[in-house]
Amino acid sequence: MNNRESIITVKHMFKRFGSFTANNDLTFDVYKGEIFGFLGANGAGKTTAIKILCGLSKPTSGEIKVAGFDVYRQTEKIKLNIGYMSQRFSLYEDLTILENIRFYAGIYGLSNKVIRERSEILLNRLNIFDMKDKLVKDVPLGWKQKLAFSIAGIHEPKIIFLDEPTGGVDPITRRQFWTLIYETASKGTTVFVTTHYMDEAEYCNRVSIMVDGRIVALDNPEQLKRTYSVESMQDVFLKLARYQEMPKVKRNVN
Amino acid sequence: MTSEFSISVDHLFKSYGNVQAVRNVSFEIPKGEVFGLIGPDGAGKTTIFRILATLLIPGKGKVSVEGFDVVKDYKKIRKILGYMAGRFSLYQDLSVQENLEFYATIFGTTVKENYYLIKDIYQQIEPFKKRLAGKLSGGMKQKLALCCALIHKPLALILDEPTTGVDAVSRMEFWEILSKLKQEGITIIVSTPYMDEAGICDRVALIQSGNIMAIDQPANITKSFSRILYAVRSDDMYKLIMDLEGYQYSNSVHLFGHYLHYTDKRSGNISQDLSDFVNLKGHSEIEVKTIPAVIEDCFMEYMINQES
Repeated sequence: MNNRESIITVKHMFKRFGSFTANNDLTFDVYKGEIFGFLGANGAGKTTAIKILCGLSKPTSGEIKVAGFDVYRQTEKIKLNIGYMSQRFSLYEDLTILENIRFYAGIYGLSNKVIRERSEILLNRLNIFDMKDKLVKDVPLGWKQKLAFSIAGIHEPKIIFLDEPTGGVDPITRRQFWTLIYETASKGTTVFVTTHYMDEAEYCNRVSIMVDGRIVALDNPEQLKRTYSVESMQDVFLKLARYQEMPKVKRNVN
Repeated sequence: MTSEFSISVDHLFKSYGNVQAVRNVSFEIPKGEVFGLIGPDGAGKTTIFRILATLLIPGKGKVSVEGFDVVKDYKKIRKILGYMAGRFSLYQDLSVQENLEFYATIFGTTVKENYYLIKDIYQQIEPFKKRLAGKLSGGMKQKLALCCALIHKPLALILDEPTTGVDAVSRMEFWEILSKLKQEGITIIVSTPYMDEAGICDRVALIQSGNIMAIDQPANITKSFSRILYAVRSDDMYKLIMDLEGYQYSNSVHLFGHYLHYTDKRSGNISQDLSDFVNLKGHSEIEVKTIPAVIEDCFMEYMINQES
């Protein structure tokens, strides 16, 4: 891993809101072509960190580069080099599948020729060429998620951020979605993903776990399980997140 | 009006325009049972719950709660039912305490009267009782919403995806709370898209596209899995998926934590053949073992059988 090219570099990142420290001294690297799982309890500070990495919010301090660009000064460059998809997907329900593809490709400034080529590739890859003129609102949920993921990669970004991409999706589609993630990563795109499904944490190359604004663990799933002497990532997560949460509640009582 | 069943759903259908949300669903829930409705978004779970909560009228079929008909006796049902909707069940601009008092008042009771029922849960959020509900974390919102649904001491409790979007720790705590509530004799019907939560229910219904595919105790459902299930792993899981999907005897291949779950078209234990095949494809660090199925394996098997 040491020889691999860093695509996200985070050094001593802090983000404070008044007296509250949402991100407390985060330091980590994410490598090219890696599937990086970004886990943490609700309120641990994940969303704050992702917003900074996507160029939507500025850190209080720290040295952070995404796809080689600085998060303080080069946010527009960052946005051109990343893709983003959230649980409540970003597709337009009253546009057709093809219109959605063309719309997003247009936003990223792709030429008409490139848009035509990539639309065709995308539709064939998902095997939905016959459905291309269907309104997105009439497309089953599972397909929407796969489509939203593919569109997030239409401009061939270096990194794709996925914020709980599989919430509520049926178990078969959830796995097809992960096969798409593997395929994307195998071509060299970095996938940065959050999830509450702990079995999905096992699919990541490396996983970080945030508790109360800090990263308390970062390693590959095998090593994490060995370190904490447990059988599954679910148990790693419970061990770390549960025991560190309890004292906080007690503090607040007093 | 006595009935041994708390909830009875008999040949229920419901459509929205051309979309059939619920197709011929029937089940009965004995009093005091924890019953799980397990399925993805769009399976019909919320529609069934809204009908039980008398917020939607059935398309066809007969539905009753504690012996009362959901259409004719809706006013009676509303008094004896606790309903925690997937979203919007809290007033975001009221504080924790105000939300609770509001719900107690509209049901004509007081927080004090039934406090014993929510005490264990409420104590966990009491340090934040002055905080606006909109400012709570996901796990705390869930606990407050549960307190509000319980404060009038309902006979039956409907929980629509109480753990969706909530982290694994809060989810586990929530299920611990439910198992305590069960001891109070309250009938609980709960839905979830997380298949690993099925094991905590007395019985579950697996639901997909408006159809119930199976209803039974979780242990009986997993026992009924029809094939030998293999867990397989190697150093390259993505290649392993591709290779096993291309294997001539392959019946199903699913990612499952740090293994793939595999079933074969042949009967009998073919572990050695499987291991040889994976080895031949150039994998290393190969592991092949047979394992018992879990609910999610069964759910996928039912889905595939339904499609074919």
